[in-house]
Amino acid sequence: MEITEEIVGEHGLTKDEYARIIECLGREPNIVELGIFSVMWSEHCSYKSSRRHLKKFPTSAPHVLQGPGENAGIVDIGDGLAVAFKMESHNHPSFIEPYQGAATGVGGILRDIFTMGARPVASLNSLRFGSPENPRTRYLLEGVVEGIADYGNCIGVPTVGGEVYFHECYDGNCLVNAMTVGIVKRGRIFRGSASGAGNPVIYVGARTGRDGIHGATMASDVFGEGGEERRPTVQVGDPFTEKLLLEACLEVFRTDYVVGIQDMGAAGLTSSSVEMASRAGTGIEIDCALVPRREEGMTPYELMLSESQERMLLVVRRGCEDAVMEIFRKWDLEACVIGRVTDTGRLRVMDGTAVAADIPIAALTDEAPQYERPSKRPGWQDEVTRLEIGSVSVPDDLNGVLLRLLSSLNLCDRGWIYTQYDHMVRTDTVVPPGSDSAVIRIKGTTKALAMTVDCNSRYCFLDPFTGGAIAVAEAARNVTVSGARPLALTDCLNFGNPERPEVMWQFENSILGMREACLKLAIPVVSGNVSFYNETSGNAVYPTPTVGMVGLLDDIEKRTTQWFKDEGDLIALLGATLEEIGGSEYLKVVHSLDRGLPPRIDLDTEKKVQHACRDAIAGGIIKSAHDVSEGGLAVALAEACLSPSTPVGATVELQGGDIREDALLFGESQSRIIISLEEKDLERMKGIAAANGAPFTVIGRVGGGSLRIKGLIDLKVKELHEARSGVIEDFVK
Amino acid sequence: MKFAILVFPGSNCDHDCYHVVKHLMGQDAEYVWHKSTSLEGFDCVILPGGFSYGDYLRTGSIARFSPVMAEVERFAGKGGLVLGICNGFQILCEAGILPGVLMRNEGLKFICKGVTVRVENNGTPFTSSYSAGRVLSMPIAHADGNYFADDDTLKALEDNGQIVFRYSTPDGRITPGANPNGSLGNIAGIVNRRGNVLGMMPHPERACEEELGGTDGRGIFESLIKALGR
Repeated sequence: MEITEEIVGEHGLTKDEYARIIECLGREPNIVELGIFSVMWSEHCSYKSSRRHLKKFPTSAPHVLQGPGENAGIVDIGDGLAVAFKMESHNHPSFIEPYQGAATGVGGILRDIFTMGARPVASLNSLRFGSPENPRTRYLLEGVVEGIADYGNCIGVPTVGGEVYFHECYDGNCLVNAMTVGIVKRGRIFRGSASGAGNPVIYVGARTGRDGIHGATMASDVFGEGGEERRPTVQVGDPFTEKLLLEACLEVFRTDYVVGIQDMGAAGLTSSSVEMASRAGTGIEIDCALVPRREEGMTPYELMLSESQERMLLVVRRGCEDAVMEIFRKWDLEACVIGRVTDTGRLRVMDGTAVAADIPIAALTDEAPQYERPSKRPGWQDEVTRLEIGSVSVPDDLNGVLLRLLSSLNLCDRGWIYTQYDHMVRTDTVVPPGSDSAVIRIKGTTKALAMTVDCNSRYCFLDPFTGGAIAVAEAARNVTVSGARPLALTDCLNFGNPERPEVMWQFENSILGMREACLKLAIPVVSGNVSFYNETSGNAVYPTPTVGMVGLLDDIEKRTTQWFKDEGDLIALLGATLEEIGGSEYLKVVHSLDRGLPPRIDLDTEKKVQHACRDAIAGGIIKSAHDVSEGGLAVALAEACLSPSTPVGATVELQGGDIREDALLFGESQSRIIISLEEKDLERMKGIAAANGAPFTVIGRVGGGSLRIKGLIDLKVKELHEARSGVIEDFVK
Repeated sequence: MKFAILVFPGSNCDHDCYHVVKHLMGQDAEYVWHKSTSLEGFDCVILPGGFSYGDYLRTGSIARFSPVMAEVERFAGKGGLVLGICNGFQILCEAGILPGVLMRNEGLKFICKGVTVRVENNGTPFTSSYSAGRVLSMPIAHADGNYFADDDTLKALEDNGQIVFRYSTPDGRITPGANPNGSLGNIAGIVNRRGNVLGMMPHPERACEEELGGTDGRGIFESLIKALGR
């Protein structure tokens, strides 16, 4: 087949990139080679627009065993154990086909974790959909949640946490970010490395079909009109096969046969073989004719680019192939040798005796194009941050405002979602969904892991640097309030078209903000994923750098939830309230304004507040701790009252000085935590706050059947509960 | 006393059952692969929850053909104690070892949450540790737990005291509101005629530790151990 300009264009390659391919090969590529280049050089696989920015993240710390660049990041948690985790996006396929798109997103991230030798112990997700008025929103929400549920439930990994937001900026592109956490023995970590020339390459799992060809290229482009018509590029998930693959791989890992392993995710057989050879500095030869397939007549092009799910590639020690395949056969999985490791530094794809492709590995990886995309502060940035606070009237009915916020889709109870997820299987979920972080115990130790996902994309839109810093700080706060010490984070950076300088500016600044917070709070980035081109007809999503964070609780008995426990306990605030309503949920819901400067963040104060909270939890003083975020103090207090088992009221007095009443109640000042404690521990608590330099104020007392904020709010707990309940149920009806 | 915990392809509560039997109850437990053709030496067989064969066809309908199921039938026929939880219950129904079927939940969605069930019969080897009428808190986690049987079967179940658990309100009333999935007569668990095979949709193995929110499920395992010790 002759390679025409048109074919090159269809592969998402520019003229310059094509010229570079010819240079790399010293000749024109054939169609198989062109396909391989196109997926390996796609934004999705090559990070060509983002790589130079990602290097700014702090990625190392003494406890980091594996940083970015592998299938997942890994950190040491003592007792000979380590935790592997990563988050990944499946935005484009989920918008096209929500059920399968989301399901295969879960499948992909699970494989990334067990590929490293870890048993997945929990999954989380971060979801963003368009405005509630958009008729497609309901369909996407239902499909995505069901897709996640069916996959995770079937494979038996609990889905324990997440976040979901609705905003019109996601009307043309929903976001589906899936995270999985696994536990691995420190000395039994496996990596995606094809070392040892002559070692056999084994294919295992589902057969290869024609699904998902060019999925990586699709995810590297904006949608135009009719993007939903790209359905054939979406893969179809099979959680049962994945479950077999999971158990079989973990069984194989107990032997010493495996040299390297990688799942076939985006760009399938191509990226797995190329990346494994690249990491080991070797070459790899694959015979397409040996690849198990679903239908006859599949070409090397299709076999190399298919994104059929539930497939893994292994390199094993020479002579051990039969023993390995025997284990897979026990689990009724198809496994066969399809190639071998070479020392040529080249990817050679055979089709029987004919050479179908022959490319230097380096040309596909290290020498892939890197772009320094131009970046420019958007012309409208000043306009959207301008907010005349004087023109925003303080509502008369503050009770009504609180109820409205609690019953808004972004703040209401998420039970409709997480009751569809099996969040208890494996019997380790000691803090189920609903609190700031989920907590998973580690059987056989006294330890537990706290985990959360977080991002406020409105903040990022209004001020990407501050928004990025807050995403990290708030995730850390969520982990901290559960009693855990943040270990590391993974991220999913969801942005628009990087070829637009305004998007690049948002990207750059979000990363700088995240970096600042990571450095200040000493939290390394150990894995992550970039998703660009979340943009339809020129409208990009708000910059959404989602943070997934894992923290360690040394003593599971010290875990803390957000809910008030006992009548008579004191309520106190760690941190300080400023007059900040810019970018708040209140402004959006009540005044239909999506503007202003987001709350400032002082990372020194953040650190002090979090340290004080952790010290007090470790000292056994704190009975509940809840991060103050969207909806401000009033919403946070209401949430703290609404314990699923024993709801209870509170009487609070806020000393706001001359802060406007709406800002006092609903403003989203950062670095604040509401805690409750017994009166007898007050002096100790004051001492801990003072020692850490954290602002500390007693604001009230737990008790009664109402939430009373003196002079401002007086609502029965039952009313708060009713406002928050059934909202999503009614929406999807 | 030795427990067999069957592992079908797609079982995913096998580890949880093992943990309870072995580590919390201190009994001997062993996983038994579904291709095994012997249950020799076991005193009790547990069919754990999960999605055997992905439940792609009808829940439990493929697993019932696993080689070990013929042995389970023989084992039960000799009076051996068999406990099927969730997918295990579905498999036992498909295999005809228990009567009735489990259909898709009335609301058509998977439901994972805590429910309350009332002990209807504490005269079985699985429930002797409970007082009659006691209300237990346990989680459910299923998409297909809507129990159905024809009128004659239902009558026989009622007459013989084979209905062991019904979904109830926390104060023990059997109401439509307490029924999470549309099950006939709020049925949450039944035994066979002989009383040695229990199938139940709620997960007792998830309710055996305070850390996980409650211990009401322990009674099932305690009752079993008591029965086997006789």
